[in-house]
Amino acid sequence: MLATVLARLMQMAFVMFGISVLVFLIFFATPGSDPAARIAGRNAAPETVEQIRHEFGFDRALPVQYGLMMKRLFITRDLTSFVNRGQKVIPQVLDAVPATLSLVAGAAVLWVLGSLFVGVVAAAMRDTVVDRGLMILSLIGISMPVFWLGEVMNLMSQSRFHDTWLFSWVPGLGYVPLSESLGGWFKALVIPWITLAVLYIGIYGRILRANLIEAYSEDYIRTARAKGLSPTRIMLRHALRTSLLPFVTMFGLDFGALVGGAALLTEVVFGLNGVGRLTFHALQNLDLPVILATVIYASFFVVAANALVDVLYAVIDPRVRK
Amino acid sequence: MLVLLLVALLTLLAPLYAGYLGVDPFRSNLRGKVEIAGEVVQVMQQSTEGLGLGVTPIGPTWNPGGYMLGADNQGRDVAARLLYGGRNSLFIASAATVICLVLATLIGLAAGFLGGVVDMALSRILDVLWAFPVYLLAISLSIVLLTSTIDLGLFTITAGSLALPVFIIGIIYVPYVARPVRARVLTLRHSEFVLAAVGLGLPTHRILRRDILPNLMPTIIVFVPILLALAIVTESALSYLSIGVQPPDASWGTIIQDGQTLLYSRPAVALAPGIAIVITVLALNVLGDAVRDALDPRGQVR
Repeated sequence: MLATVLARLMQMAFVMFGISVLVFLIFFATPGSDPAARIAGRNAAPETVEQIRHEFGFDRALPVQYGLMMKRLFITRDLTSFVNRGQKVIPQVLDAVPATLSLVAGAAVLWVLGSLFVGVVAAAMRDTVVDRGLMILSLIGISMPVFWLGEVMNLMSQSRFHDTWLFSWVPGLGYVPLSESLGGWFKALVIPWITLAVLYIGIYGRILRANLIEAYSEDYIRTARAKGLSPTRIMLRHALRTSLLPFVTMFGLDFGALVGGAALLTEVVFGLNGVGRLTFHALQNLDLPVILATVIYASFFVVAANALVDVLYAVIDPRVRK
Repeated sequence: MLVLLLVALLTLLAPLYAGYLGVDPFRSNLRGKVEIAGEVVQVMQQSTEGLGLGVTPIGPTWNPGGYMLGADNQGRDVAARLLYGGRNSLFIASAATVICLVLATLIGLAAGFLGGVVDMALSRILDVLWAFPVYLLAISLSIVLLTSTIDLGLFTITAGSLALPVFIIGIIYVPYVARPVRARVLTLRHSEFVLAAVGLGLPTHRILRRDILPNLMPTIIVFVPILLALAIVTESALSYLSIGVQPPDASWGTIIQDGQTLLYSRPAVALAPGIAIVITVLALNVLGDAVRDALDPRGQVR
């Protein structure tokens, strides 16, 4: 048990190191361009470029540059933006975290409930009209680009049907901190939650249905049937329990990926100032230090989340534990 | 399948539509006029509210005489751009899929067949790429590549060319394909007919070509529709973030972005390309399910 966990943590450290090297290479060692000029942003003064070249050590060997970058990101945390003169990058990123977390956590609740419903109902009513309908709906959900769905939602709730009873409660776009007002926070996030959850309800619902149908061909289900248990009990207590294991792993991975940047598009569409929107604005201004910081922090978060899921899995599933 | 052919055909006919109507989908046309139901109308219409300042592009006319879906804020014909954009979106998705499959197959073959140190090194690299969130990787690559011209020796990628999104999307999905390919090569490597071929002393390239590749095909083909669907969505997302296809070129993603400022006044601009994406990706997903059921009934592909 302990050995498994340790091995997993070692692997996590290796992957984090690999990612940081990769990011470093992408940002600073791409052939054919001057990284100092890129970090300075558009129309920077030559003195600024010169200063950056010295600060980041671009006149020195690559490993030294890598070391300097990591030091500024994690130890001194004094990476500054050159586009918005002198603004510290790391606090900016940390400030944006609550909005992203609120968005993803709410959507996660919705998509777990939604996909449980879709998967269980579709599997229970297998090959009926209900099953087909649900599967087609989830396929459509998977096929919609999330930012486009967001725009359609905005169109309906902010403009076209805003004055009807259905959407008159929807506030303008933007994030309301939880500490400010609970109701405002909730209202501002309901539509983004739904938008983000649709895709995952589709994916998870389909997978859960497939797993449940596979479980139904197992011997222990036949035994349960022969014992005369009710169909509901068989579904919920026997089939669903085993089918949920892969579900848990996937949930961990997707939750991590969303917090780590995949929610970017949803944040941009709904004007929620989370980590994703910070990255987006940095993209527009070609503000490289900010992008560098968000990419590194987010991918580290994802890797850590994945490792955590694996460790939890070892705790839950006795077969992995050994 | 039919739907896909239809979409592809329509986008190939794009020059026909634009040429026939005499609209230029890539140049702004703020002073243009168009004839609707016998009346000549300005493409950009003066606002009638308030002080009468500001202009709004005309909305959908629904007659097949130009500006069927209205104009965007540059006065360009949305329907024509939609077709041209579809060309780009489909081209990028197909090319990226090919790149991804070729790279993944090569890596999978090398790792699975050669084993040992090669396998170790490649698998570790794939681990790192796998853990790297797709959009973050794409964003970092695009932001750097967009601002500079890359000289890779064999070929040069200039900033803002279509090759850029192709290259980026092709690379980011490699681990998703390379891992299953490697696993399959590994089982094939120890299957009896390959062991027999090795025992006969046949050259490695012959074993790879005649024994392993044909048996690998099902694994690879299953990924084609899935990758195409993923690539279309990723391309549109990158373009929406303005780091994919660069103006004045169009793609479905860029048109959605153009339409965002007009969302409340002229929703057709943003809605139409989105519907095109949904139809195409939905068709690909259905096709993907069918292919998987036919070739690999027990496979679990995410």
